[in-house]
Order: sequence, then structure tokens, then C-alpha cells
Amino acid sequence: MTAATVEVTARGQPSGSGAPVTNRGALAARQFSFWYGEKQALFDIDLDMRSSAITALIGPSGCGKSTFLRSINRMHDLLPGTRHEGQILLDDADVYRPEVDATALRRRVGMVFQRWNCFPKSIYDNVAYGPRINASLPRHELDWIVESSLRRAALWDEVKDRLRQTALGLSGGQQQRLCIARTLANDPEVLLLDEPASALDPIATQKIEELLYELKRELTVVIVTHNLQQAARASDYTAFFYMGRLIEVGPTDRMFTAPQEERTNSYITGRFG
Amino acid sequence: MTGAAVSSEQAGSPRERPTTPSGADALGPKRLGARIQGAVIGDRIYSAAITLFALCVPALLILVAVEIFLGGWPALRRFGFSFLTSSAWDPVNGVFGAAPAIYGTLVSSAIALAIATPLAIGVALFLSEFAPQWLRQPVAFLVDLLAAVPSVVYGLWGVFVLLPVLRITVMPFLRDTLHLGVLPFFSGPAYGPSMLAAGLILSIMVLPYISSVSREVLLAVPRSQREAALALGATKWETIWGAVLPYAKSGIIGGVILGLGRALGETMAVTMLIGNRPQISASLFAPGYTMASLIANEFAEASGDLHLSALMAVGFVLFVITLIVNAIARWLVWQVSRAGGEKTA
Ligand SMILES: Nc1ncnc2c1ncn2[C@@H]1O[C@H](COP(=O)(O)OP(=O)(O)OP(=O)(O)O)[C@@H](O)[C@H]1O
Ligand SMILES: [Mg+2]
Repeated sequence: MTAATVEVTARGQPSGSGAPVTNRGALAARQFSFWYGEKQALFDIDLDMRSSAITALIGPSGCGKSTFLRSINRMHDLLPGTRHEGQILLDDADVYRPEVDATALRRRVGMVFQRWNCFPKSIYDNVAYGPRINASLPRHELDWIVESSLRRAALWDEVKDRLRQTALGLSGGQQQRLCIARTLANDPEVLLLDEPASALDPIATQKIEELLYELKRELTVVIVTHNLQQAARASDYTAFFYMGRLIEVGPTDRMFTAPQEERTNSYITGRFG
Repeated sequence: MTGAAVSSEQAGSPRERPTTPSGADALGPKRLGARIQGAVIGDRIYSAAITLFALCVPALLILVAVEIFLGGWPALRRFGFSFLTSSAWDPVNGVFGAAPAIYGTLVSSAIALAIATPLAIGVALFLSEFAPQWLRQPVAFLVDLLAAVPSVVYGLWGVFVLLPVLRITVMPFLRDTLHLGVLPFFSGPAYGPSMLAAGLILSIMVLPYISSVSREVLLAVPRSQREAALALGATKWETIWGAVLPYAKSGIIGGVILGLGRALGETMAVTMLIGNRPQISASLFAPGYTMASLIANEFAEASGDLHLSALMAVGFVLFVITLIVNAIARWLVWQVSRAGGEKTA
């Protein structure tokens, strides 16, 4: 943890009561800027995302939330013409150092997308995909990883009798949790979610939120959401982005009750967005 | 004709709109009912017309099949099942067995697919995943152009370039240098015109079909599938192997089937290269015959009704084999897509 954990440290207590708290997976952006070709999408972002906590990124459409999230696990690497300046620190080490292997980084920093994107394979094979490409494990270990990942994603009871059936037969909410389970199977330290519930009904959304609440005990969770209630309900810290800049960040309850920036205030009270 | 009537009917309904006093709320229930009625009738005429057109195509197919079958019937009745199993093709004595031609068609097509499929998928992968942007269009265009070259040009190229190379270099190399001659497939004298030559020329001819279908299918794999694999720590190659190809699998098989259909029926180039000898030999160096080249060679100078009927019967067999191959292939696509879960269980 760096000293620069801004106001965030003011809150003082690690969220998620009781469970053992790890400090791995603390994230921070330092003077991070990003360009798509000529177009600058992010400007000098300085943001700490604490471990064992949920940080919500909010802001109007096109303000750079997804760009920032995808910078963290270097999903932009394969996009020609992009470049960045500044640093993204994972446990105090820049993820953009040349010796960092992006595929290894992506195993530590899992990502779940807005639209569930299960593979057209069985439920089992979906969850086993990550472990299989990263190591050749004996069968019983793989079984164990699949089961525990599905349990952590609160999906095990619903699918345990149909592991060999196609994942595409699941409901939207189940598929999204399967995507989370698939990510958890890599045992990541950080979980990035880009609007994971925007295509789900309220019940499925609530399930995902409960799940995140459980997961944050062991993980750093960063979630992009357009749903301000969701940010207010489910996150510990909220960061407000606007036109590629980080306007304000702080504990969620303070951000929603006493924002210090006028633009934050207008956004959360719905005056623009 | 019916189509024209329907379209004028459809064009008519928007035109009558302005005559109603003021937009939608002025459409009284009665008026609205009449319009819906009109639309229903229009729909009926339209669907009747397209159903008719759609039924014409299978009707034509059945008509052709029946014609060929009737033409071949005298020969089929005369020789019975041995028409399919006998190797005797002797127009002079009036004995006909199509086994060598059936064998040649199947084997040359199999060789063509065995060579073309991996190459075509490789080309498609290169063009859709690896090639730099500026190279993609030109190379794709050139590969597609292979399909536009007339069959007889392939035949000429085969006679003047491929056959000498096979006879002087490739065949001795396979047989003697690699000692593959111990296998029956690569034994015997190397004349040039052979099953191998026919299979090779066919593989070049079907390659563009397989590769352009595969390329389309690969490009259609959603970005979210690639991102899912990448985000799980897959390398580029693992992403292609584990996420992109499985997603595209049934489409690629569809492309292979298209190529197979092409290979089974190809006539001119094969006739020029296969040697046209009605014999069944395990060696790929030996000449052979295909059903299509048999018909093309002998139809014009068929000696007598039985000979003609035998050729029609060969045509019928080719027709049936093509149908069977397509049915199997369709079943395969269905199996693959079901296992992959493209249809929900
Ligand atoms: N691949 C790209 N190439 C060029 N510009 C891009 C690309 N992706 C995003 N942008 C631009 O970068 C800016 C930030 O986009 P980003 O997707 O990060 O916004 P966002 O905050 O996630 O928006 P939303 O809430 O709508 O998802 C936008 O102006 C967008 O047009
Ligand atoms: Mg976004």
C-alpha cells in the first residue's frame, strides 16, 4: 500500500467483516494518460483502488471508464495505434514494465465484460478454460477448481447437475455469474467488471451485487457502472470520471451525500449524464 | 408477375395515407380494419408466390434425378448391383461396371480435401488474424481469383507443369528418397498422369472455396469471444485455438463441404490429368478414372443404347453420392454445432 491512498484511508477500516483480509492486489494509477491514435481518452489519472474493497467508477457515457478499466489488465495491447503515459501499479509495480508478461498479468487481474461472453462449450469447460491453458492439472484438481470457482460465484447449486451441458442454455444472470466463475478459476487478485449487470433484471443484479460483496474479502474489485444506486449500494469507494479526467474520488457514502465538486454533485443528482 | 402485383399493392398503402384527415388518430377503427385486411391479403399473395418459387427448385432437382434414373435404368436393370462393384468397362462387348470410376471420384476428392483443408484454414487464419492490414485485401483477392480460373486452364497447367514435376521430382522423391515405396500407396512406376495428379489439381481448385468461407466465418467470430479468452490469460495463439476456431468450427466444415461438392463434380482438369484408365489401384501413382471424366469422355461417341444408358447410370450414381456426401456433411455440421452448444440444449 502506498501512502497516497488519498481520502480513501480516512475511512480507515477494511470493508468486509470477519474474513481474513489479504493485501494483495492493491491497484493504483499514477499520472496515467491514454490515447487512441490522436485522440486522448484519459488525462493524468491518479487513483488508488484498495484491496479488499469495491471501487465503483461512475461518469457519463464516453468519459473513459472502460478505457481506464481495460488499461489495468492491458487489454489495449492488441489494439494498434494506442499509447499511454504514466503508470498503473499493481502491488506497487508498474504493469507496463517491459518485462511484464501481459498474459500472466491478465491471470492476476481478471475481467468480466458487460455482455456475458461464455464460450459455446460446456459449463465445465468454460470454467476450466483458464486453468487448462495455464497449467496441465490432474483431473481431480481441475474438478476441484471448477467446483470451488462455481461455489464462489454462487452458481454451483444451480448447475452442479448439468456441468456437461452447454453454457449457452443458462439464463443471462447465470451466464454472467459463469463468466465470473471462469475468471475466478484463475485465482486472480483483482476483479475488473465493466457494467456487469447492465443487461440483467433486478433479481439477477442483486445476486451479482451480493456476490461481489462476498468476493471483496479476498479481492480488489473495480466495477464500472451506470447505475448510481448500484454504486451507492454496492461499493466502498466511488470515483467520478468526466471527459477523460478523474474529478473526484472518496468513500461512497461521502461521495453520495457530500460531494466536494460541483460536477460530481450535478451528475449524482441527475442534472447531466 | 404476381410479385409485381404485390409490390404495387404494398406501395399503394402508404400513398393512401395523406388522404386521411390528420395522421394516425384519424384512422377510425373501420378504416384501420380495412387496411389490416388489405395487408393480410397482400401477405397471402406474396407468401403464396414465394412458396411457389421455392418449390420449383426442389421440383427441378427431382425432375433431373428422375430423368437420369430413367435413362440409366436399362443398364442398371441389366447389370444389377454388379454395376457398382464390377471393374469391367467394355463398350465393345457391352459389359459395364462403374467401380473404378466411383473409386476414382472418391479417392481424388479425398486427396484434394486432405491437402486443401489445412492449407485453406491456414490461409484463412493468416488473412483474418495475422496479416498486416494492407496485405489482407490483395491476398484475399488473389486467393479468391483461384476460383475464377477456368477448369481447362488448370488442366493445361497440370499437363505442362504439374505432370513433369510429379514424374521427374516428386514421385521418385516420395518413393525412393523417403522410402515411402514400401507402402502400396506410393509404389509402382511414375508415369505422371495419376490419381495423385488429379487430387493435387483438385486441391488447388477447391482451396479458394474453403478458405474464403473460413475467412468469412473467422471474421464473424465476435470480438467478445476473443476478449474473453485474452482476459483469461490466453496468448494470441491460444485464443485462436481455444476460442476462435471452436466458435467457427461448424462454419468451416460448411466451407469444406462446399469444396467437396466442387471436387466430386469437377470434370475437365481431372480428365486431363488422371489418365482415364478404368482400373482400381492402391497406388496413387497409377492412373484412374472418375465418374465425371468417364461421362465427359465417352458420351459424345457412345456406341449403342446400352453404352449410353450405362453412362446415364454413372451420372445417376454420381448424383446419389453427391446427395449422400452432402447429407453426411450436414449431419456433421449439426453434430458439431450441437456439441458446441450453438443451439441451446
Ligand atoms: N477503440 C477505440 N478507438 C477510438 N476511440 C475510442 C475507442 N474506444 C473508445 N474510444 C473513445 O474513447 C472515449 C472513452 O471511451 P470509453 O469506452 O472508455 O467510455 P465509457 O466511459 O466506458 O463509456 P460508456 O459508459 O458509454 O461505456 C470515448 O470518447 C470513445 O469514443
Ligand atoms: Mg464503457
